[in-house]
Amino acid sequence: MKLKSILTSAIAAVALGTAAIAADIKVGFVYVGPVGDGGWTYEHDQGRKAVVEAFGDRVETIYQESVPEGADSERVMTQMALQGADLIFTTSFGYMDPTINVAKKFPNVKFEHATGYKRADNVSTYSARFYEGRAVQGHIAGKMTKTNKIGYIGSFPIPEVIRGINSAYIHAKKVNPDVEFNIVWAYTWFDPAKEADAANALIEQGCDVVLQHTDSTAPQAAAEKAGNVITFGQASDMAEFGPLPRVSSIIDDWGPYYVARTQAVLDGTWTSMDTWDGIGPGMVKIGEISSAVPADIKAEAEALRDALGSGEYHAFTGPLNKQDGTPWLAAGETADDGTLAGMNFYVEGLTGTIPQ
Amino acid sequence: MIHFEKRLNPSRITTVVTPIIAVILTMIAGGIMFAALGKPPLEAIRIIFWDPLFDPNFASYSRPQLLVKAGPLILIAIGLSIGFKAGIWNIGAEGQYILGAVFGAAVALAAYPADSVLLFPAMVVAGAFGGWLWAMIPAILRTKFNTNEILVSLMLVYVAESILASVAQGLLKNPEGYGFPGSRNLQQYPSAFNAEVIANSGMHWGVISAFIAVIFAYVMMTRHIRGFEVRLMGEAPKAARFSGVSTTRLVVFCLGISGALAGLAGMFEVSGPSGQITIDFNSGYGFTAIIVAFLGRLHPIGILLAGLLMALTYIGGELAQLMLGLPGASIQLFQGMLLLFLLATDIFTNYRIRIGGSN
Amino acid sequence: MDLLGINPVLLIASLMVSATPILLAAIGETVVEKSGVLNLGVEGMMIVGAVVGFITAVNTENPAIGFVTAAIAGALLSTIFATLVLYLKSNQVATGLGLTLVGLGISALLGKPYEGIKSPTLQSLDIPILSDIPIFGRMLFSHDAMVYVSILIVGLVWYTLKYTRVGLVLRAVGENHDAAHALGYKVIRIRFLAIMFGGACSGLGGAYISLVRVPQWTEGMTAGAGWIALAIVVFASWKPWRTLIGAYLFGGITVLQLNLQAAGVAIPVEYLSMSPFLITIAVLVIISARGNQGAPASLGRPFHASN
Repeated sequence: MKLKSILTSAIAAVALGTAAIAADIKVGFVYVGPVGDGGWTYEHDQGRKAVVEAFGDRVETIYQESVPEGADSERVMTQMALQGADLIFTTSFGYMDPTINVAKKFPNVKFEHATGYKRADNVSTYSARFYEGRAVQGHIAGKMTKTNKIGYIGSFPIPEVIRGINSAYIHAKKVNPDVEFNIVWAYTWFDPAKEADAANALIEQGCDVVLQHTDSTAPQAAAEKAGNVITFGQASDMAEFGPLPRVSSIIDDWGPYYVARTQAVLDGTWTSMDTWDGIGPGMVKIGEISSAVPADIKAEAEALRDALGSGEYHAFTGPLNKQDGTPWLAAGETADDGTLAGMNFYVEGLTGTIPQ
Repeated sequence: MIHFEKRLNPSRITTVVTPIIAVILTMIAGGIMFAALGKPPLEAIRIIFWDPLFDPNFASYSRPQLLVKAGPLILIAIGLSIGFKAGIWNIGAEGQYILGAVFGAAVALAAYPADSVLLFPAMVVAGAFGGWLWAMIPAILRTKFNTNEILVSLMLVYVAESILASVAQGLLKNPEGYGFPGSRNLQQYPSAFNAEVIANSGMHWGVISAFIAVIFAYVMMTRHIRGFEVRLMGEAPKAARFSGVSTTRLVVFCLGISGALAGLAGMFEVSGPSGQITIDFNSGYGFTAIIVAFLGRLHPIGILLAGLLMALTYIGGELAQLMLGLPGASIQLFQGMLLLFLLATDIFTNYRIRIGGSN
Repeated sequence: MDLLGINPVLLIASLMVSATPILLAAIGETVVEKSGVLNLGVEGMMIVGAVVGFITAVNTENPAIGFVTAAIAGALLSTIFATLVLYLKSNQVATGLGLTLVGLGISALLGKPYEGIKSPTLQSLDIPILSDIPIFGRMLFSHDAMVYVSILIVGLVWYTLKYTRVGLVLRAVGENHDAAHALGYKVIRIRFLAIMFGGACSGLGGAYISLVRVPQWTEGMTAGAGWIALAIVVFASWKPWRTLIGAYLFGGITVLQLNLQAAGVAIPVEYLSMSPFLITIAVLVIISARGNQGAPASLGRPFHASN
């Protein structure tokens, strides 16, 4: 024990002098699920691996998986900070207040909280503009559907999910005015058997496209079994289900962001900021559009992707009305980030109500 | 032939020695597992059992955290143990914990931004009431229709989870939360905040209540007529009925008290360490408490120690993950092994080994 | 043929698939409980079956071998429980919970290298002639083999318990182990075998999730199915055919509520998602209000041969 603290101070002393023997900095990651979930946490861990790859021995990474939100996460973050982490990524919305609390106690440690809105001098937030990817999916879905019925498996009716539904619907409707969305709320992020049931229910209703905002691959398997149904990978590529039913995917690519922020700490240039990146900076990626999609649709989808990426087109561009018919965006007007962040309404044309 | 012969009274020495043997066995088996995962076994075990208590870097933080983690486990397990002693199986404490948190938080949020010393006591009452109410459903169904309470209480956990998800997004949602799910943070609401009574000690009101519950249960089970009735019902239900113990009253009492204590635990957690009602607010305390109750052999002092041991494996396990990069699943397996070894060695307290023929 | 926009033929066909994992686990647990033992480790045995079945199916490219090894793995894991409970007389509730922890932990460690791989899956059998019957053919006779195996197991358990000597002895042991012991039956041995049978069935149920329902391995993928199976045993009052009804009813309500949502029927979703549990409670109350629940008298009580 003693030896270790002596070593730690020795390392600190050397680091102050010239080059360090051990890693220059330690980066911690707090995960809400297991790294093997194949979806959300898996992609964050890929981001961690990108950091390892980019910096080698200069950076040591530590992580903790399946950390419940609330008091447990606060303890895990504190222990990371006590252990000498210089930068900590907390990768679930529910870690927001714990992150702020711990950040207060450790003003010299930098924190990065995913998908939240509370910041401090040493707390940044970052999130992905997932809805941009949903726009591309909506376009492909609208073009590919023969029954004009598109199924959507939602997890919980929270703004992020609602934003995705709206974005997909707007772009499906744009290319196919007859399109209808059937939305099923599964009330879970991860329950493969229930997700399979939800997908089957949608397919039996005549949906020949199934979009999902839950994490497992079960809906892909259900679609494959049913045949003549297309799906999209969620959070990770799910390429093993291509070329059919999986015709494309939205991938969270946290790697470049994690590498950049780690670099900023190494350089001493880290400042608190709010990042909400989409296709352009590469935080959201559109997975390979498979051979099952006709070339012209693929080209259109890729053009849409590029337009969203370059910023010349915004996924929420007016004229758009809310579900009850009240005007939301005038022609050419684009949605502001505040409204998008807290989106709690459907756009005009969607049926059903958002559970409250 | 090896035989086990039942002891008339549990052996006092083995009661103390067997848990130690079990912990040593777990260290050996766990060490082999850690070695198989390519991690240094001795270091892993030292980090799990020693570092949270004595490491100069962590101990000053993790010792109080032991209390924070053990508090709700002990509080719930004490309530459950009373019912288990009587043969009344409430395995739905997780649901009662959720309802207690929802009721407690609802009172605080309804009064927002009240500044009254009466608010916190009102939340305590509401939390206990919420848990009690949820436990009364299996209690009434059991007494009126003889419906199995194990099943009903378990089913109600899932119902409670749906209610939690619903209120986190609707009724109790933070109006200033930009539409995100989750309530206001009670930590920033001084009159509702269940703060530490002594700073940095981990001692919030829930931990204090857990200690009070231990004493209360000890006195009741050993000195009070109700404790006698509970034990009689568990050990000899027929004799209990002959001596005029009302099954109905006992079912209502046992489920009620375990529900109320689980509700209190949820209320103290939401108003203190956790701070918020969120979709995933519950993190399995209600189920882990069942394990704690049995590890403590349904005895109040045993439960106190078992709760602290369980908390130690959680906190030490987290440290081991951080320092050695152990997978989370290996810690889960380690806890499972500890539990099974404790149960396996339990036999020596109630039985003695006889080699040779019986008699 | 549509009710509220839902096709009942497809609904029944999909609920049969959806209910198969919990049915398999529940029928196994029924036998365990009939012998007087309560094993709450179903979830742990299921997930170990899921991962072992998946690993062998991927390596042998044969799902049938996957199911066989899953059953063996479930049975092996259950011997830990059996040894503790029967020989070391540990508390059954706590031991079962411990078994679940161990099962979840082991499965996650074993499964690490297999994440993100697709497994070979079972093909649907279109049973000749029967599957051509209008309506019923599609509904009942074009599933994969395990759906029928699960029903077959239910039938075998029912027959064995009711008409064979083994079944009689098993029930005697569960009803009154002291009397059974006095009659010279090997209480411990019978219970040990019953627990292993339960483990094997849970393993099969888990493998059905990882090889048919999802065809993939992910940590924690059974997501509570084992607990539902336990509920179904009690719901069925320990009667084999009622287990089938219970599993199909439970699977049916879950599928139905998702179907109602998919069909756009305006119903409050958050209440619907709790409906399977509420309806289970309601049915349970109705059954219990009519009297005897049929619980084996020695259920959960430790057996100690005193002489």
